[in-house]
Amino acid sequence: MAETIDPARADDAPLSTSKHGSAAAATAAREYGSPTDGDPDELIGRTVTINRPRAELYAFWRDFTNLPSFMDNVERIELRDARRSHWTVKAPGGSHVEWTAVVTEEREGEYIAWTSEEGADVPNSGSIAFKDAQGGRGTIVTATILYDPPAGIIGKVIAKMFQREPAIQARRDLRRFKQLMETGEVATGARNRRLLEEGKN
Amino acid sequence: MRALTWHGKHDVRVDTVDDPEILNPRDAIIKITSTAICGSDLHLYDGYIPTMQAGDILGHEFMGEVVEVGGKSTLKKGQRVVVPFTISCGSCYHCGKHQYSACDNGLPADNQDIAQTLYGQPMAGLFGYSHMTGGYSGGQAEYVRVPFSDVGPIVIPDGIEDEKVLFLSDILPTGWMAAENAEIEPGDTVAVWGCGPVGLFAVQSAFLMGAERVIAIDHFPRRLELARQFGAETINFEESATYEALMEMTGGIGPDACIDAVGLEAHGLFVDNVIDQIKASTFLGTDRPHSIRQAILACRKGGRVSMPAVYGGFVDKFPLGAFMQKGLTLKTGQTHVQHYLPGLLNAIMEEKIDTTFLISHTLPLENAPDGYRIFHDKQNEATKVVLKPGFDRVELDI
Repeated sequence: MAETIDPARADDAPLSTSKHGSAAAATAAREYGSPTDGDPDELIGRTVTINRPRAELYAFWRDFTNLPSFMDNVERIELRDARRSHWTVKAPGGSHVEWTAVVTEEREGEYIAWTSEEGADVPNSGSIAFKDAQGGRGTIVTATILYDPPAGIIGKVIAKMFQREPAIQARRDLRRFKQLMETGEVATGARNRRLLEEGKN
Repeated sequence: MRALTWHGKHDVRVDTVDDPEILNPRDAIIKITSTAICGSDLHLYDGYIPTMQAGDILGHEFMGEVVEVGGKSTLKKGQRVVVPFTISCGSCYHCGKHQYSACDNGLPADNQDIAQTLYGQPMAGLFGYSHMTGGYSGGQAEYVRVPFSDVGPIVIPDGIEDEKVLFLSDILPTGWMAAENAEIEPGDTVAVWGCGPVGLFAVQSAFLMGAERVIAIDHFPRRLELARQFGAETINFEESATYEALMEMTGGIGPDACIDAVGLEAHGLFVDNVIDQIKASTFLGTDRPHSIRQAILACRKGGRVSMPAVYGGFVDKFPLGAFMQKGLTLKTGQTHVQHYLPGLLNAIMEEKIDTTFLISHTLPLENAPDGYRIFHDKQNEATKVVLKPGFDRVELDI
């Protein structure tokens, strides 16, 4: 097991803002659980405040088939049963990676934690938490993702994709979630459909 | 459609490009009837704004007729509207506080990264003003896609000509907010740096808010004359020393409030300005802030500084000592246009504010490159250039 954060030196800031990346990931893995067949050494955390009620945001997220509407890299999510969903995610060069995620813990309106099942192309685990924001500002949504970029040939491609700017991808996805929930649409600077499809903003 | 597109420093062209379409439920398509060139468009023209791409359509001051609406737009086909230059969602925390230019959702998610890095948080989107502000096609065109059309555009009653209301899109609310940010009290003397459109609207607004005296500073005689027409006293900084003149004209006190309506491209060959130009051209510093330095130095102790002028990056030699020691207050920001529209439309209809005096040139959209050249090169005569789509190009003797 990797070194964890020294409790004597821990502060109140989220682990995802730690200057000691791998120790923070190991500490988070101890806290949130890690994927069944991986030893995660990458931790991403992002928080966004959304001006909508907690129950509404939770309900939208918990229907996992909604997620591709704001997660750019996610091609589709198929539900296997109430707790298991199969994810197909775009990878560089027109390929894709897949895994099945199983919900390990959920508290209605507050919290969903998941981990990937054995055989995942990218073993990962994480949580999405919903808390009331102070001063009636809506809901504070925090996504925490732990993942283990695998070895091997396909692993190199995947690692390249996931290590490129994984935090930026999570940040952009959360911004789109916020836009969709607050405004009912995802903003685009494109002038027309052709430019939108070409990804020109 | 025909549109004015940017291709590089001092290179803008009217091209045929594909039309805009409704992409989101709250969108509307506007057929442009009038669109103006803004002083801040000259920052693009001069190549000072990063993240521009060849072919980008410029223009953020425009109005026109609603020709198409998305399912959740509240506009109706045939309505005449003026469109704010800021793209704001109306439903986030900031829009709820009427801080529209700080909207969380006006920028596409991918375009928020630069502002987040440079400014700490992303800002509202802007029409026709680089990809850092959203990459939205602007309104110097025959048609434009307007997002969040249920929040931004203001419907104009019949019988009011374009020229009276066009400037609601940017410069009138910007000049008004500049004066509001100066927190003017009865008996105040307000100094305004820059007699461009924003400065001239700030002069009018300051008087409406109770200023006893307004002192306007510029070096173009024609612009100073316009300020004088609205009751301002003037300083031509090429003829008189600005700081000394302000001190003498205010009985040795300094102006109670100072408004910097010059911004990023300060004119004049002052020593710090020249150093700034060298730094800007070598990317050591991006802004040339002579006017804000002078405003802070001249402002009376405990006074207010308002900065509608556009700054984008970093400055040095900012007189932080004077700012702190004198206990000044600085208020600034991109304009919360949507907040001011109803009140200012009323002020125009009640003829409390004159807007048409500004327009020096009205040209076909096809002549837009001429318009940019005139506005850029002849700042004494060219106070405002308005473009009209749908007319043939004319030969100009310039």
